[in-house]
Order: sequence, then C-alpha cells, then structure tokens
Amino acid sequence: MAIEVMQITGLGLIATFLILILQEQKPAFALAVTVIVGSVIFIFLIDPIQEIFQLLNKLASDANINVVYVETILKIIGIAYIAEFGAQITKDAGQGAIASKIELAGKIIILGLAIPILKVIIETVLNLLPA
Amino acid sequence: MANDINMIFQIAGIGIVVAMLHTVLKQMGKEEYAHWVTLIGFIVVLFIVISILDDLFHKIRGVFLFRS
Repeated sequence: MAIEVMQITGLGLIATFLILILQEQKPAFALAVTVIVGSVIFIFLIDPIQEIFQLLNKLASDANINVVYVETILKIIGIAYIAEFGAQITKDAGQGAIASKIELAGKIIILGLAIPILKVIIETVLNLLPA
Repeated sequence: MANDINMIFQIAGIGIVVAMLHTVLKQMGKEEYAHWVTLIGFIVVLFIVISILDDLFHKIRGVFLFRS
C-alpha cells in the first residue's frame, strides 16, 4: 500500500483552509473538522505502522527476547499517542487545563505499565551486587 | 479511505450550510428556529466525529495494544 506524502499534505492544507472559513461562522464545527483530519491522517498511517511492528516482533522473537517486554513498549507507544492526540485537540479548543490532565493521566498509566520492567531491572542490579 | 476524506468535506459543508441558515433565520426574526437548527447540525456533526473516532481507537487498539 503506497501512501503518498503529497496526499496527506494536500489533505492537511485543504482542511486548514476549510477550518479557516468555518472558524468565523461556527467554531465548534471547525473543531470537529480538526478531529476528523487528525483521525484520517492516522488511519492513513496505520498500515505502515503495523508492518513496522510486525518486523519488530519478528526481530524480538528471533533474538529470544521475552515477548512481554516488546508488547509493553508497544502498549506504551500507543497510550502516549492517544493521550497526545486528545491533549492537542483539547488545547486547540482553548482548554489548556484539561489538556494537562489528559497528559498527566497518560504519564501515570505509562508508569504503571513500566513497573514490571523496572522491577526486573532492580532485581538484576541487586543480583549483580556482591552479597 | 476515500470515505473518510469525504467526511471532512461533509462536515465543512454542514457547517457552512448551518451558518447560512442561522443567518437567514435570524434575519427573518425567528431566533428560536435558528438555535434549533444550529443544535441539530451540531449533533449530526458530533455523530460523524464519534463514528470516526471509534474507528481510529479500534485500529490503534488492534495495532498497539494487541488483543486487550
């Protein structure tokens, strides 16, 4: 599936002009167009991302790395993306406070996901230390 | 994919038409109707946005979060 960078850029430019026109008349509709454009661009990108992740998974299984670690990293990337998406749109709508709360929630959930890995690192370091 | 891009034009079109209707109705002195038209247009747009957001989140879940 060939994804043209020109297509995405053109889509963004056209959407920007539409939003400029709509912003004066009805700001709420302009925000809806922003959300749709963000979603459409990411839906464009989801196929190459899937291919990259399949490659990563294959490499990890070839290198005998525990699948759980790779899976955790991918989950963290996904959560970071969703939180960023929501925060940016909220900030665009002029609600900086809600945007920072969304970011805070994303950070805390990521930290929670990373706890098993942190635990393994600390245990490894403790094992390395002479008793 | 083409369907998704059509949605952008759909929403922009709905917005422009609703703004026009609002102005016309206001000129005719029917303020209440103007507000109802705006509200209904907004609900329709919100419905489209939510359907596409649902699609996006399902795809993200499929790629990033595996089968959880």
